[in-house]
Amino acid sequence: VSADVSNSARRIAASRAQAQHTSMFFRMLLRAAVLRRGRAAAALFAMVVAAAVATAMLNLYVDVQAKLRREFRNYGANIILVGKDGNSLPHGAINQVESVLGSRGVVAPFALLVARSSEGQPIVVVGTDFDRVKQLDRWWSVSNWPSAQQQALVGVRALPVVSPKHQPFDLSFQGHTIHLNTAGTVQTGAAEDSRIYLSLADFVSWTGVQPSTLEIAATGSPEEIAAILQQLQDAIPAANVRPVRQIMEGEARVLGKTRATVLAAATLIILTAALCVLSTLMGWVFDRRRDFAIMKALGASDRLLNGFFAAEAAALGATGAVIGFILGIGIAAWIGRVNFHAPVSPRFAVLPIVLAGSIIVTLLSAILPISLLRRVQPAVILRGE
Amino acid sequence: MFVRLVYESFRRQKRRKLLAGAAITLGVTVATAMIAVATDIGDKINRELRTIGANLLVTPQEDTLDVEIGGVNLKPPSDGAFLNEADLPRIKGTFWHNNITGFAPMLPVNVTLQRGGKTENLTLLGTYFAKRVAFGKEEFNTGVRSTHAWWKVSGAWPDDDSRDVLVGERLAARLSVKPGDEVILSGRNVRVSGILSTGGSEDDQIVGPIALAQEILGKPGAVRRVYVSALTKPEDAFARRDPKSMSGPVYDRWYCSPYPQSIAFQLQEAIPHSHAEQIRQVAQNEGAVLTRIEGLIFLITLAALFASALAVSAAMATAIFERRAEVGLMKALGAGRLAVASIFFAEATLLALIGGFIGFAAGGLLARQIGRSIFDSQITIPPVLFPVILVIAVFVTFAGSAAAIRKAVGLDPVFALRGEL
Repeated sequence: VSADVSNSARRIAASRAQAQHTSMFFRMLLRAAVLRRGRAAAALFAMVVAAAVATAMLNLYVDVQAKLRREFRNYGANIILVGKDGNSLPHGAINQVESVLGSRGVVAPFALLVARSSEGQPIVVVGTDFDRVKQLDRWWSVSNWPSAQQQALVGVRALPVVSPKHQPFDLSFQGHTIHLNTAGTVQTGAAEDSRIYLSLADFVSWTGVQPSTLEIAATGSPEEIAAILQQLQDAIPAANVRPVRQIMEGEARVLGKTRATVLAAATLIILTAALCVLSTLMGWVFDRRRDFAIMKALGASDRLLNGFFAAEAAALGATGAVIGFILGIGIAAWIGRVNFHAPVSPRFAVLPIVLAGSIIVTLLSAILPISLLRRVQPAVILRGE
Repeated sequence: MFVRLVYESFRRQKRRKLLAGAAITLGVTVATAMIAVATDIGDKINRELRTIGANLLVTPQEDTLDVEIGGVNLKPPSDGAFLNEADLPRIKGTFWHNNITGFAPMLPVNVTLQRGGKTENLTLLGTYFAKRVAFGKEEFNTGVRSTHAWWKVSGAWPDDDSRDVLVGERLAARLSVKPGDEVILSGRNVRVSGILSTGGSEDDQIVGPIALAQEILGKPGAVRRVYVSALTKPEDAFARRDPKSMSGPVYDRWYCSPYPQSIAFQLQEAIPHSHAEQIRQVAQNEGAVLTRIEGLIFLITLAALFASALAVSAAMATAIFERRAEVGLMKALGAGRLAVASIFFAEATLLALIGGFIGFAAGGLLARQIGRSIFDSQITIPPVLFPVILVIAVFVTFAGSAAAIRKAVGLDPVFALRGEL
């Protein structure tokens, strides 16, 4: 029985010693931070700034493509869908395209033919959906969009031919005549300037010709666009689907170069910020060589000392990373708002990277001075030499 | 004494000086490289945007309406007006000729193609591929290979002086034509040098040297339209004003800005009986894209400047803090606050100048490397930047050391010497 008692007493004593050990460890950590507030705050500040800058840069790097792709969609269609052999597209083709696209793009139908003006001059007439064109071809300079039936949008070069004084005019196609009012003019500097645009309803009831072309502006990475092309081809086998290489290749080039520049800049900035943390923290740890010497003189083991300074560094790194991450997301969102007029959405995938990077940098800046100091006798340090 | 103190401090504390100097050098390197990249990015991206195609189009002033659907010209080919090919080199004589990266004349003509007993009516598009054109003493290469960068050829590009042609890929598949085949084009034997893929209407056409199209049309020197690719400045309200309504100096400012409008205006002046206009799809959007990318890089550069300023301050603060004992000694020997501070500031200036000098050179190399690896072209640093960078380096170093120096001179020498703080 007595052996049992002494055993359990020993256990309790051991666990107490352990508890005191642990609480002493945390007390030292905490007191170190509280007593040397200025230096600790400076180190934490450096860490927070570095983590914030790193977060903002990584966030921007991940998001810049999506943002720029949106800008590039203002170039208009990057996919064209044409009925095979110049035939009209089947009914409901536009709905099928929309169900493939979802919210990833805009589509506009076009029906084209050559009609004659009242003087017998051949002219290209296009039936389309003006509301969709407004979204698709934002560069069109239009004086006034048609809003009623039998109103036409006349290209600036076609205007002197059909309606020099903005007067109503007639167009004929295979014996059918339509009477049109000029709602406004369109100027693009390209083929559109020589054409006349009607609403699809007017166009179909006049000529009976259905749209043969769908122009599609789809957003997404090259792989996503390729998938959309395939889905469209499968959905509408009666049509040829082809990418507008002119736009897609230019876009890919510009995006690639911009992204590479942002990456280079981000690397430089993160490197600088990391070095800033390293020098501040190393200074701090080096500065506390007297603490180190006293602990060692009182019999602390190398493992305990390493553990102490490493724990301190890791705690600092983690705290700095989390605060910096929140700040960095704010910076990225602000840059997005200012520059792209749309906030850069926070990427939480960046957090583990920033966290791991911060802890590695802080550990490094704690371990380096410690391994230097370990070789020195505590007495030498305490004498201040 | 003062100079000796500073000199000895550099001689005896090499490690500390090296650390602080390295931080300043690195900060200046990053700042220089980023400023260089930011000042040049607009021009670089502008050139990349030119791969989307020409942004200006020159047509005859008195032209009849285009009647064209899907690249098939339904207008009688000899109808309408033409530009004169001999006038085209004048494009390089305009005020903004250095901004014009290339031009390509186009002349579509209707031809018949005979092959294997079949006859087909097609469009032959006459153009320049990479033609040597001379204006005055200046010689340059221009044509679709530079203005229409997305055109891809399997086989060989034809020579501009040859009678070789390219066949569009859909047409080639339909006729089963391969590079090296001979076809009869409106009674002329021509060789197919390659298959052209553009993703546009040219895939159903034949593209050949402009001389061949002019010969078939029977109008030597005729050009239907000219695509011009120019580096332009994003359009603003001033660009959209009508030049005719402007007074002298305002007009000069408009004329001498590389807006799409003013370059179009100058093209119109250079080529007789022509009408030049921006292709809005290209010209309008590139301004938007350019502004966004420039803005992004500008903001990133600010971040880089901030980060490097911080790194420099941190290094300086640490370096000064480590020298408390020295300060204590100086003060114990009777040095005033001013004397101590001026020694530290002199050291900081010296470090900043050395670090700034090395950093500027390293930053230049770094910017060049970035330019070469990303844009395949040089990014050069304007020499004007050198004094600016030095001043910034000194200023940032001062600002970074100021707090630490103030603290150091305020120390009680007794405590500082005992190492108690």
